[in-house]
Amino acid sequence: MLIPCPWCGDREDIEFTYGGPGDVAYPADPEAADDPTWARFLFFRPNPKGRLAERWVHTAGCRRWFNLVRDTVTHTITPA
Amino acid sequence: MGEPHPHPDHLWRNPQPKRSYEVVIVGAGGHGLATAYYLAKNHGIRDVAVLERGWLAGGNMARNTTVIRSNYLWDESAAIYEHSLKLWEHLSEELDYDILFSQRGVLNLVHSQGDRRDGMRRVNANRLNGIDAEWLTAAEVKAFCPIVNISPDVRYPVIGGTLQRRGGIAKHDYVAWAFARKADEMGVDLIQNCEVSGFDLDGGRLGGVHTNRGLIAANKVALCAAGHSTMLADMIGLDLPIQSHPLQALVSELLEPILNCVVMSNVVHVYVSQAHKGELVMGAGIDPYNSYAQRGSPHVIEDQLAAACELFPIFSRAHVLRTWAGIVDVSPDASPILGLTPIENLFINCGWGTGGFKATPGAGWVYAHTIAHGAPHPLNVPFALERFTTGALIDEHGAAGVAH
Amino acid sequence: MSRLAAGGRVDRTRPIRFSFDDMPYRGYEGDTLASALLANEVRVIARSVTYGRPRGVFSAGIEEPNALVQVGDDTMLRATQVELVDGLEATGLNGRGRLSSEPDTGRYDKLYAHCEVLVIGGGRAGITAALEASQSGDRVILVDEQAELGGRLLGAAWNDWLETSLATLRSRPDARLLTRATAFGYYDQNLVLIAERRGGGGRLWQIRAKRIVLATGAHERPLIFANNDRPGIMLAGAARTYVNRYGVAPGKRAVIFTNNDSTDLVAADLTRAGIIVEAIVDVRAGQAIVDTSGDEEGLRSVVIRSLTGGDSTREIDCDLLCVSGGFNPTLHLFSQAQGRLRYDEGLACFVPDAALPNVDVVGAAAGDLGGRGQGTIMPYWVVPSDGREWSTHFVDLERDVTVADVRRALGTGMQSVEHVKRFTTIGTGSDQGKTAGINETAIVAAQLGQPVDAVGVTTFRPPYVPVSFGLMAGRNRGDLFDPIRVTAIHPWHAAHGAVFENVGQWKRPWYFPRHDEDMDAAVRRECRAARESVAVTDASTLGKIDIQGPDVVEFLNRMYTNAFHTLKVGSCRYALMCQADGMVFDDGVVMHLGPDHWLATTTTGAASAVLDWMEEWLQTEWTDLRVRLTSVTEQWADVAVVGPRSREVVAKLFPKLAVDAQNFPFMAIREGETSGIPVRLHRITFSGELAYELWTPSWYGLALWEAVMAAGGPLGITPYGTETMLVLRAEKGYIICGQETDGSVTPQDLGMSWIVSKKKSFIGQRSHSRSGAARSDRKHLVGLLPVDGDQLLPEGAQLVLQPDGAVPVKMVGHVTSSYRSATLGRTFALAMLRSGRERFGTTVYAPLNGHIIAATVTEPIFYDKENSRRDS
Repeated sequence: MLIPCPWCGDREDIEFTYGGPGDVAYPADPEAADDPTWARFLFFRPNPKGRLAERWVHTAGCRRWFNLVRDTVTHTITPA
Repeated sequence: MGEPHPHPDHLWRNPQPKRSYEVVIVGAGGHGLATAYYLAKNHGIRDVAVLERGWLAGGNMARNTTVIRSNYLWDESAAIYEHSLKLWEHLSEELDYDILFSQRGVLNLVHSQGDRRDGMRRVNANRLNGIDAEWLTAAEVKAFCPIVNISPDVRYPVIGGTLQRRGGIAKHDYVAWAFARKADEMGVDLIQNCEVSGFDLDGGRLGGVHTNRGLIAANKVALCAAGHSTMLADMIGLDLPIQSHPLQALVSELLEPILNCVVMSNVVHVYVSQAHKGELVMGAGIDPYNSYAQRGSPHVIEDQLAAACELFPIFSRAHVLRTWAGIVDVSPDASPILGLTPIENLFINCGWGTGGFKATPGAGWVYAHTIAHGAPHPLNVPFALERFTTGALIDEHGAAGVAH
Repeated sequence: MSRLAAGGRVDRTRPIRFSFDDMPYRGYEGDTLASALLANEVRVIARSVTYGRPRGVFSAGIEEPNALVQVGDDTMLRATQVELVDGLEATGLNGRGRLSSEPDTGRYDKLYAHCEVLVIGGGRAGITAALEASQSGDRVILVDEQAELGGRLLGAAWNDWLETSLATLRSRPDARLLTRATAFGYYDQNLVLIAERRGGGGRLWQIRAKRIVLATGAHERPLIFANNDRPGIMLAGAARTYVNRYGVAPGKRAVIFTNNDSTDLVAADLTRAGIIVEAIVDVRAGQAIVDTSGDEEGLRSVVIRSLTGGDSTREIDCDLLCVSGGFNPTLHLFSQAQGRLRYDEGLACFVPDAALPNVDVVGAAAGDLGGRGQGTIMPYWVVPSDGREWSTHFVDLERDVTVADVRRALGTGMQSVEHVKRFTTIGTGSDQGKTAGINETAIVAAQLGQPVDAVGVTTFRPPYVPVSFGLMAGRNRGDLFDPIRVTAIHPWHAAHGAVFENVGQWKRPWYFPRHDEDMDAAVRRECRAARESVAVTDASTLGKIDIQGPDVVEFLNRMYTNAFHTLKVGSCRYALMCQADGMVFDDGVVMHLGPDHWLATTTTGAASAVLDWMEEWLQTEWTDLRVRLTSVTEQWADVAVVGPRSREVVAKLFPKLAVDAQNFPFMAIREGETSGIPVRLHRITFSGELAYELWTPSWYGLALWEAVMAAGGPLGITPYGTETMLVLRAEKGYIICGQETDGSVTPQDLGMSWIVSKKKSFIGQRSHSRSGAARSDRKHLVGLLPVDGDQLLPEGAQLVLQPDGAVPVKMVGHVTSSYRSATLGRTFALAMLRSGRERFGTTVYAPLNGHIIAATVTEPIFYDKENSRRDS
């Protein structure tokens, strides 16, 4: 798979580390969260069959994190 | 030389789905079929349909590398996999179908001191749980599996290994067909090309499933769709902590018998066995990104073949014949989720990740119990969905990181 | 001999000697093993895998299902692809390969390329596409599986077009031609893997192309009839290829069985070669072959009957039967690229359905079968047999699967071609069913009464042809399997007899045996030196992260469980880090080097994981923090001087430095220089002794070590390795992340609540208050003293409360670290034990294989509890 690094351009997926589904912010006040809410943050993430907003980091290149949207069936990527 | 495999003359009917069933199982993979079988056999519940969107057992059941073992670290895991192994030991006989179950031993190679500690921890835990486990020195590894390279001059020499002699392999397709046939015989309807598109919730009560072949009413619905579990769960607002990843595997051409056991290595990462027919069957880790594409990146294949050649130099001239991938549902603690859901009469079995095949009869057994009783079997109590909230995870990833 | 007097592209001036099944034969350069065997009238190559039936050459190429051979150490090769070389020794294989135990010394290289256009297939269509693409100056790569470009043209009558086209192509500087190169795998976004055969090894190409042209041609498929597998029965086009390309007559008396026009050319070329074409049996004319007869040497005669009624048959003696059922466009790569196929009724084959972006299909692969001469085809698949018996109608020759097997599969209730494949094993042979697959579909369709398109074909997956493990592994073997990381001081260790262990990718000295010492003796001596005088160890592998910026303190406070705003410049502090789930992740030492300048160490194994973790938080969550991280793991060498006399060594090396306890206290940082080597000194200890970690840029690492050894020489300074390091720290109860912890252990479990701040938030804090984390029966870090001080608990031993319980026994913990202690004069261990802190003084048991070791539970510290030595 070619991953479009915003700084380095298209590179092979082996240069990157997958960061999983994105758009999950660390809770602003973890202490205020009850156990189920905290568990949701720790363990539950979207897992769609289709377009997924996800994070990658260019580990073997510029080492920057970035977002993109990828279809988990066709592997087609659109920048976030 | 001789005969093709003796299959029965009849496997299953292809019935039209009825309007309603007592139980609908979504997913006719190994677990779904085993569940249907045990519902009928153990609980006398035969008004069951197993719905399969594709061809029966065409998902992960058709794609796995068939390793069977029960040598897991934690008591809870060991118990359920050992229950499964005990069922495996009589399965061909019980299902009257030669599934080519072979207890040829599963050897986990150890390459570092850290590996050794973890291996010993697991061997000791297995023994005290009544599960067969042995520690082998490098020389004993070589004696057990002569083609393993135990030379001290390689990059990560083998310094020993753990062995479960009762572990082994079976022929995945035949296992599925064996369960299917018996279930079908007992009156279970196996409905292929039937895709669930939604759930019937009548005033909050689960009434059945919507499919491309119409609405099928059911008193109980049991999800059993491995990598597609999230898709189904999303339809009914159920949250599952699983992520679907490709797991690639490959076979070689048919070879004269050369590998007498299953060999696994975490450090020189690959696992391999030789099937009854003669092909080498091999796999390693998941592709790291989420995917439902049933394919992965080629470097994953390159890496495991390099690992295979390191451990078994004699494999260098074997050929890869076919590569493929399944969709594995990985859970945060690499342990399954099997039991009730917050929705009454909706049951879930998922999260087996890369290790579901060996649990086929065991999972079927306890899932059938759970569905029949509306409450978990003692063996799947620890694998409840709630554990992610309490933090009582059963982490089978192994020791985190490397020391000093 | 069946070699024709003239003709073919073989070089008759270069004869070749070879052997097959231990019989000597001759051929010519340019022959394949198959053509040479046919020339020598060797008709039986092998026996079929299940039924042991004699089999001969069926095709002239990659699709060969029968002629599987062993050539020297190489196995499961197709005789139709083996290029004849002098001295070649081959044997027939009965469906199963034989792996030689001779080491594979082949050189397998991996090459990577990018191009604008990758043309796969060097026949007419491919060469045309390559010519066109290379006109513009685009980088064009053309690959073909055969030794020569030309594809089918090589099996046709001679063609000037080929020679001139190739000359043009070769003259274009940006066009690259690869032969003996089989494209076998298509991966996302036009990545193609190609296996190039080279003497003495091979090359794996990975080519990423902007545009791919699939000019992969079409494979002929056979018609199916009773006893259709005898030696002498082959694809019609193959017979023609043997005549035209190799100058070989595959038989003397031929019959042709066909349903299309392509066999007209076959008949003509066979006749011109002097082969007697006894009959052309054409299903379009209502005639079919219903059976064949033969013996151990192969085909002797065929039986022909009319399809339109009447019982009469006629038998014709022949030794060659050329069969053509039509052509299947070769669309494996197209399908791997997620291209969909549709069945074309007129062509009686599967063709590409919708186009793919950036992948073009041309020529026969696209369904343009004019070049094959298919012409008017009557779709036909299976000739019914006389007795309704199907068990010799072979569908998949390599897998010995017959129509009877397919019918049996369908009789069980199976309806999917995927099920039939798995039930019968059609298509799972090393030929991957290249001449079988479509026939399977057609038979299933006919049986189920469904249109062919509805049944479809089984999924195409890489590789298109079998590829050796060695080629895929490439050079990643032996020392190149994984990088070897060594410190700057490594040469000294190696020269002084260190025994090394792998710690991740690093080679670390495990112990330094002297004379005949075993590990136990060496470690005892090393430990004694560290506790009683002075010792030295190479700690350079520790992860080191340089952290700079105005917001570092806030950053550190969030990352670690303890706080750093009070840590002054020139000081360090032990630090613990958790994951968001509250479990211990890693530990290390945080150093305050200067204004806004800090440094954090990590364990060796977690170095990159910790850096990645820190970067993730900074870049994705804490984007407002002004902090910059740099890995300096390899930039600093770390020489740890350890022991009660370590101060003397340091004083000697750094005479200008005040090294007394008051001026250089525990956890302080100082700078100095020795023999021109710049050094930063840290009074950190992992052993619990007075100790100094001397850091210098790696460039000076070896020189510093040697300076330390020289300064410490008169004191008997002793180098030690990782095993001694582990023993010393364990005597102090210091944890090793990844040994005492396994991802399921909290700081509180380890008895380290003292390091968990209650005054600021940090990652993992919230998880510490989960109900699971608060349970009273969690495992705690404890010490264990075996009742018999000579018995060593094995690491990984499980612990139970009763010594004689029947299995299954409830386990309450496990031994994480266990050693013989020279200092204590006995064995001791660390363990994780349920409710451990409530069990001090009690006895637990470790059941082992055949015996049990009893041990007393103690606090997890065995030496200098007051830290007087550390702080001296």
